[in-house]
Amino acid sequence: MVGFRSTVQTLTAKPWFRMPRQPMLRHLSYAAVAVVFFYFLTQKLSAFNDYEVGEIAFFAIGLAGLSLLTGINGQISLGHGGFFAVGAFTYALLVNHTGWSLVPVLLVVVAVTAVSGALIGIPATRLRGPYLAGMTLMVALGLPYLTNQYDSLFGGDQGLTTPPPTGPASVNPEQWLAWIQILGALIVLVLLGNLVRSRFGRSFRAVRDDEIAASLAGIHVARTKVIAFMVSAGCAGLAWAFLALSAGVVNSAEFPLALSIYLLAGMVIGGTGSLMGVWWGAIIIVYLPNEWATSLANDFHANSLVSANLAIIIFGLVLVVGMLVAPGGIQGALRWIAARVGSYFSSGRVTNVSLSLQEGVDPIHPASDGESVTTAEKQGV
Amino acid sequence: MQFFLNITLGGIASGMIVAAVALGLVLIFRATNVVNFAQGAMAMITTYIAYSVLHRGADYWLAFIVALATGLVFGAITQVVLIRPVQNKSPLNAIIVTFGFLIFLEGVAGAIYGSTTRTYPAPFSEAGQKLGGTQIAFSPFDVFVVLAVLVLMIVMLVLFRGTDLGLRMRAVAFSPEAARLLGIRVRPLLTLGWGLAVAAGAMAALLIVPTSSLTPNFMDVILIYGFTAAVVGGLDSPVGALVGGLATGLSLAYVGGYLGGSLEPMAALALVVVSLMIRPEGIFARPPPRRV
Repeated sequence: MVGFRSTVQTLTAKPWFRMPRQPMLRHLSYAAVAVVFFYFLTQKLSAFNDYEVGEIAFFAIGLAGLSLLTGINGQISLGHGGFFAVGAFTYALLVNHTGWSLVPVLLVVVAVTAVSGALIGIPATRLRGPYLAGMTLMVALGLPYLTNQYDSLFGGDQGLTTPPPTGPASVNPEQWLAWIQILGALIVLVLLGNLVRSRFGRSFRAVRDDEIAASLAGIHVARTKVIAFMVSAGCAGLAWAFLALSAGVVNSAEFPLALSIYLLAGMVIGGTGSLMGVWWGAIIIVYLPNEWATSLANDFHANSLVSANLAIIIFGLVLVVGMLVAPGGIQGALRWIAARVGSYFSSGRVTNVSLSLQEGVDPIHPASDGESVTTAEKQGV
Repeated sequence: MQFFLNITLGGIASGMIVAAVALGLVLIFRATNVVNFAQGAMAMITTYIAYSVLHRGADYWLAFIVALATGLVFGAITQVVLIRPVQNKSPLNAIIVTFGFLIFLEGVAGAIYGSTTRTYPAPFSEAGQKLGGTQIAFSPFDVFVVLAVLVLMIVMLVLFRGTDLGLRMRAVAFSPEAARLLGIRVRPLLTLGWGLAVAAGAMAALLIVPTSSLTPNFMDVILIYGFTAAVVGGLDSPVGALVGGLATGLSLAYVGGYLGGSLEPMAALALVVVSLMIRPEGIFARPPPRRV
C-alpha cells in the first residue's frame, strides 16, 4: 500500500497543501482544527446545546472504542452497556469516597474498566462470532441486576449522585462541561488513531482478517484480542464517567439493553471501524431519540405509544437495513463518493481507487480511517 | 428438604421451557450458522398475536395453534427477507441484523401495545398440589409444560430422523454444497428450518408467559437462558439443547432459591464462561473444523 501511494504521488502534480505524513502530527493537526471549531461552536450555542455537544463528545469516545473492537479487531460486543455501568459506578464511588480531582479519577476509571474488559476479553479469546456476541449480551443484561443485588454499595434504584464539575466563574457550567468532554474525546481519538497506525493496530487487523495466518506471522493472537478488549472497555468506561459528570446521577436504570443497541447502531451508521465515522454515529445517537424522533412523531400526529418507541424502531431499522444496503455506513459512503470523484479527475490512480472501493463496501474489512482514500481525495480535488 | 424439592421441580419446569428456546436457536444455527438473537422477540410478537386472538373470544387452544402457525410463517419470511442477503457474508453481519430485528420488534410491540404488563391465561391450574400430605410446588400447568416440550422434541426427532424431508434438511445443514450437488433444493429447506425454529420459540413463549407477564421485553432474559443452554449443550446439537436446558434451568433455580433471584442472569453468564472454558464446542456437539 505504501509503495502504491508513493508512486502515485510522484505521478500526480504536487498538491497545494498536504497533511503531515507522520500519524502523530497528522492526528494532532486534525485535533487542533477540531479544538478551534468546537471552541467557536460552544461560544455560539445556547447552554442546552452546549450540553448536547458534550454528549456527542462522550458518545464519540464510546463509539470509538466499540468501533476499534468490532471494525478493526473483528470482535463483536453487544454488551458495552456493561462496561458503561462499570465506568460510571467506579467514577461515582471514587468521586464520593476519595476527594481526588477529576483527572486522576478518570485515569483510575479507565484502568478499572480496562481490567473489567480483560475479564471479559480473556474468555472471549476462545470464542468467535455468535458465542462472543451472546456472552457479551449476557454481560449487558446481567450487570444491572448485580448492582440491585448489592444496593447498599450502589444505592439501589436511586443510584449514586455525583457533584457537578466546578469550573472558573467566568465560564458557564454547561460550556465548561462540554470543553472537558470534547478535550477528552479528542485526546482519546488522537491516541486511538495512533494506536491503529502502530504495531498494535496492524496486529489487530491481522487477527481480524485471519487468526491462523496472524499467529503464523508471529502475532500472539490471544494477547492481541485481550488488548483490544481492554482498550475498548477503557473507552467505554471513560465515556460513561463523562455521562455521570453530565447527569450528576448514576443508577442501573441508565444501562438498558437499548443503550448497547444505540451504540451498535451508531457504529454501523458512522461506519464500522472508522474513527472519523464515530462523530456521525454520536450525532445521531444524541439527536435521533430526543429530537428527531419526537418531531417526526408530532408531524404524523402519532399517539404517545408510537412516539415513545419510535427511536428504538428507527435504530432497529437502521441496523437491519444499514447492514443489508450500506454496510460501510456514512463514512463508507463518503469514501465511495470521494473515490468516484477522484477517479473522475484522474485516471492515474485507478489501482488506489479500486482498493478503497473494496474497503468501502465491505463492513468487516473497512479501511481503519480511510488513509488511502483521504490521500486520493486530496490529490483529486 | 421440601424447599430443595420444590426448587428442583420448579427448575425442571423452567428448564424444559429454556430447552425449547435453545432448540429453536440450535435448529437455526445448525442450518444457517446464525445465532438468531431475534428469536425471543419474534416469539414475543407471536404471543401478542395469540393474545389478540384470545381477546376476540377464541379459546386457549385456537390461540395456541395460531401462535405456532404465525411463528412458522414469520420465521420463513424473516429468513427470505433478512437472512438470505447476509447468509454468506461475515457472521458479524448476521449478528447485527438479527440483533437489530430484535430491537425493532420490541419497539413495534411497544408502539402497538405499550409497556403495560398483561396477563396471559394458563390452560391448567397453576396452584401446587398436595401429594401424600406434603405440599409440592408442581402444578398441573407444570406437568403440561414438561409434556408439551417433550412432545415438541419427539416431533422434531421424528421429523429429522424418520422422514425423507428431515433427512434432506440434515443434509443441507451438514453440507449445503454437497446437498445441492445431490439435487436437493437448499434454499426452501433453509426457509423451512427457520419457520420450524421460530414456531418452537413461539411455543416456549406461550409456556413461559402465564407465569411471567406479557410485556414487549419479557423474552429478553429467557433468550439469554436459552443461549446459555444451547452453548452448554452445544450450539449444533438438538439433544444438547434438551440436556443443556435442564442443566441451565436447575442451576438457575438453585442460584435463585438460595442466593437471590437478581443473581440469576450473572449465574447464567458464569455457566456459559465455565462451560466454554472446559468444553468450547458444548457437551454434545461435534468439534467444528477450522478452515485456513
